[in-house]
Amino acid sequence: MRYRVNHRTEYTYSHPVKLCHNEARLQPRSTPYQRCEQSHISVEPAPTVSTEREDIFGNRVVYFAVEDEHQQLVVTSTSEIERWHPSQAPPDHPMGWEDTRRNVRASDDPEVRAAQQFCLESPSIETSPELVSYAQSSFAPGRPMLEALVDLSSRIHREFEFDPERTTVQTHLSEVLAHRGGVCQDFAHLGIGCLRSLGLPARYVSGYLETLPPPGKPKLVGADASHAWLSAFVPELGWVDIDPTNDQLPDDRYVTIGWGRDYTDVTPFKGVLYGGGDHTLDVGVDMQRIDSIE
Amino acid sequence: MTSGSATSALPSFLDGYAPEATVFDELYAADGAVRPEWEYLIRSLGTLGPVEFDRRCAEGRRLLHDSGVTYNAFGEGGRSELPWMLDPMPVLISSSSWRTIEVGLVQRAELLEAVLEDLYGAQRLIRSGVLPASLIYGHSGFLRPCFGMPVAGNRHLPTYSADIARTADGTFIALGDRAQAPSGTGYALQNRVVMAHVLPSIFRDSQVHRLRFYFRRLRTALLELAPDADDIPNMVLLTPGPGSETYFEHTYLANYLGCTLVQGSDLTVADQRVWLNTLDGLRRVDVILRRVDGAFCDPLELRNDSVLGTPGLLQAARAGNVAIVNPIGCSAIENPGLMAFLPVLAQQLLGQDLKMPSVRTWWCGHDEARRYVTENLQDLVIKPTNPHSSDMTVFGGQLDAEGRDRIVAKIEAAPHLFVGQEYVRLSHAPVVVGSRLEPRPMVLRSFVAADSGGYTVMPGGLCRVAPTPDSKLVSTRSGGASKDIWVLASEPERELEAITASEAPLPLRHAEIAVGRRVAENLFWVGRYSERIEKTTRALREVARLTLEGDVTDQRDPRLQCLLSVACELTATYPPFNSGQSGPIENAGVTGILADQMLIGSVRNDIGALLGASDAVRDQFSYDTWRTILSIGSQAGSLGPTLGDLAGLEDLLTLLAAFGGLCADSMTRGARRRFLETGRCLERALALNATLRRLAADPNPANRPWHEILGLADAQTAYQVRYRSTPSAESVLDLLIDDDSNPRSLVFQLIRLDSLLQGLSPRGNQPDDVAPQKILRQALAHLRKTAQPDATEPRFFDAALESNLSYVSERLAAISTQLATNYFQPIEGPTVLTPQS
Repeated sequence: MRYRVNHRTEYTYSHPVKLCHNEARLQPRSTPYQRCEQSHISVEPAPTVSTEREDIFGNRVVYFAVEDEHQQLVVTSTSEIERWHPSQAPPDHPMGWEDTRRNVRASDDPEVRAAQQFCLESPSIETSPELVSYAQSSFAPGRPMLEALVDLSSRIHREFEFDPERTTVQTHLSEVLAHRGGVCQDFAHLGIGCLRSLGLPARYVSGYLETLPPPGKPKLVGADASHAWLSAFVPELGWVDIDPTNDQLPDDRYVTIGWGRDYTDVTPFKGVLYGGGDHTLDVGVDMQRIDSIE
Repeated sequence: MTSGSATSALPSFLDGYAPEATVFDELYAADGAVRPEWEYLIRSLGTLGPVEFDRRCAEGRRLLHDSGVTYNAFGEGGRSELPWMLDPMPVLISSSSWRTIEVGLVQRAELLEAVLEDLYGAQRLIRSGVLPASLIYGHSGFLRPCFGMPVAGNRHLPTYSADIARTADGTFIALGDRAQAPSGTGYALQNRVVMAHVLPSIFRDSQVHRLRFYFRRLRTALLELAPDADDIPNMVLLTPGPGSETYFEHTYLANYLGCTLVQGSDLTVADQRVWLNTLDGLRRVDVILRRVDGAFCDPLELRNDSVLGTPGLLQAARAGNVAIVNPIGCSAIENPGLMAFLPVLAQQLLGQDLKMPSVRTWWCGHDEARRYVTENLQDLVIKPTNPHSSDMTVFGGQLDAEGRDRIVAKIEAAPHLFVGQEYVRLSHAPVVVGSRLEPRPMVLRSFVAADSGGYTVMPGGLCRVAPTPDSKLVSTRSGGASKDIWVLASEPERELEAITASEAPLPLRHAEIAVGRRVAENLFWVGRYSERIEKTTRALREVARLTLEGDVTDQRDPRLQCLLSVACELTATYPPFNSGQSGPIENAGVTGILADQMLIGSVRNDIGALLGASDAVRDQFSYDTWRTILSIGSQAGSLGPTLGDLAGLEDLLTLLAAFGGLCADSMTRGARRRFLETGRCLERALALNATLRRLAADPNPANRPWHEILGLADAQTAYQVRYRSTPSAESVLDLLIDDDSNPRSLVFQLIRLDSLLQGLSPRGNQPDDVAPQKILRQALAHLRKTAQPDATEPRFFDAALESNLSYVSERLAAISTQLATNYFQPIEGPTVLTPQS
């Protein structure tokens, strides 16, 4: 499938901003299952400096600074992506979750070693006994890793309410767990927290989800802005994405921007500014199939 | 073993010095003889005699106190400034011992630099499994945004520091590696200055390696890292500010190395370059000597709750436009877990054996090591691998069963975050206790710096000793004293070479160090506070005189009431003595204006504010000026609780006068001094104005204590010289308002302000009518107009006077506001955007 994604971010300030520094992680990276054919970020007013690099996770980052006084900042990222249907993980992959854990710890395969860092706590995700106890009913002794993962995702989907009013980007994971509600980012953090609390590697994925509802099916949640899900590492299979918000394994309707330990590593857009007073934020994401446009 | 047996004629202060058999004693060899490197010092101190040595010790303490050498400690009560403790007995290190240390430290620095290069670059060590991922990635010093970042001069570790100790068998081992912002060099230097002063001839004849050479090389090395070789590099020392533990050292080093002391808010990043906000606009910064922890340096890419950093700083470094020393991210090597891997790393990266061993370390991330640690807790020290962990260092031997279970549970929950280390029996060095020497455990902090030729070790460093013989922790925080380290040169020729080399010409700074906006603001307030304290103190002195020396016993005495209300006006504090109840004045609340630390406007409170503002720009004051500021601070402690201590008030006035004189004599003419003087002049005009307005407000002219008012303005003598008569309203007001030859008059202040404001560089696009000088001239014109003999309104009618003064006062306040807008640090710092989810 080919997509054009248009992601527009608009900040409006009550007072003039004299100078701002920003980082945008809004350009999809290429992965084994997607190719970013082109991607462009435009900024209004025109930035004095704009430069692109790769971060430690291999994500694309644009740093830019606007040094002319302004009261509105508009950042538009336009990308064209080809997304293949991933080779579905074999649902009957037999490796038990404890073996997965053992295997990740002991392996001398560089790819597996690279996954080890995703077993550790991160700025937004602390491991805890509460998370272990929530995860436990999915991770019964000896249960195959994949089966347990899918079950955990389904339980999060079933037992947690999607509620954008309840949480913000600063909401602590323990509150999400206590109140049984949140948004895609919280559910991704929750899933990751459960896996890491059991000693398993998991990472946070930031991206987009196409919302065109197939005939007769309900509209999927979480696509008005960017979306987030998680990915678990399974030796022999590699990273397996899973979306607890919609209780499914991501297919060719999902476009990945990038990944990190948690939201703080792949915040789509952040900035520090001088002046500005109060600000309002308006975000619009538009994801279209290119075939249907042309 | 008794100390007197081996060497004859040992000084009496060695009586009873009992070396412990199980540790290495720095002073005595195992056979009971004084070690050869100590012989000269001990003999010379014997010749000096105990009385003279005591006197020298006292002199050392006085020097440290007067120089304001302090260490900030943090406890439950907030920050407290502790005096720096220097034990007057240096620790002596022989030339051959030092060579071993030197070689070991240089190799360690090279090794750790190679580790940093790999961790932030190719990461071969992690991919090949030499270093476990959780050891590195679990450490808070590893900063992911710094991955792949170039470093100036390709130096990942331009400066390095290690805590080292001597074990029972006499070998030196490393206890800890420091890279974040190794503190101590400034204290080491200060210690040396004091020691060379206290024991001049002994120091001279002992052939001690000098420290100066190291600092010169350090400065040259730092300047060499500047990205743009064409220009004279501009170097700054980035400090977290007066709240930092080692703020004294930051100011001291900034002065010694000749760089500007700045805080993160003084800097701006624009066009991927770092700029210092100065009064004359932005000035490029080339080298940052960093004393702010890496994670706090840039709210854009690192901790977004930090107010100590500068947004965009990382990007400027990434673009290669600024050299940051040490590079942000280097504290990844401040990881005790890494110590367990250093022997292997030395082989892998350098192809060598590790020359200076580390304290034996078991990193709990390895199953076998974890088992060893949990099974041998009683013999080990348990440390978190993260420098700012909420977990404390624990001595396993001190734990009860419950404590052991707790620590084991913590280790099991996150084994990669803990190490077990052997409990090192530190060597003992002689420390002066009373009039004797006693052995105390010691740790040396050594310093290493790189230049284009490689690493150099400072020949000396900072020795710290434990407060008691059996202390397990040796640190400044836990109350231990410091010592100077005397590294003895074997051949005097080497020293000569060093001196010659150290006198090689350094790049000279031609341009004046730029004045930051924060500096201008603080100096302005130093001027205002010092003047305000003086005025309030004078008012209180007049009150005290009236009651102590005069005949006033009744609180309702109109002269007293008038003075008290002037004091209220000056301080904007209105305690209940205005109610007119009779009784002793000391009990009526006026003493609060003097000594109540919590009362805003009180002398004591203003002194606190003066110290705060001065401290923030400590590097701007000469040594003597700073000593005077410190004396003003100690004087504050002895104020009150009654006004009875007239001498105390007068001492304070003398100190304030000394401070004013020193500023006038020792500050170079330029923007800095201009702001201090402007503050002082503005405050003086405002105070005089407030006093006169208070007088104008009293309906009964007979109640005005003219004599005391003149005293308040320090104009009694001027009055006597000019009028030779009993003060009257007309003559006093003439002297205090219109007389432009009286340096205490209102007109004089306004004229002086006019010339001070004249020298300020104008701000770019501001409308003319808000220029401070313009506002000032309105006030001056008004005052002069009303002083004309043919002025239509009768001037000294109280209502007219009140309205004239009120206009001037309002104009003066407007000047202060406008100065803040034009020249001072914007109140609003950078803010973080709501991130997008």
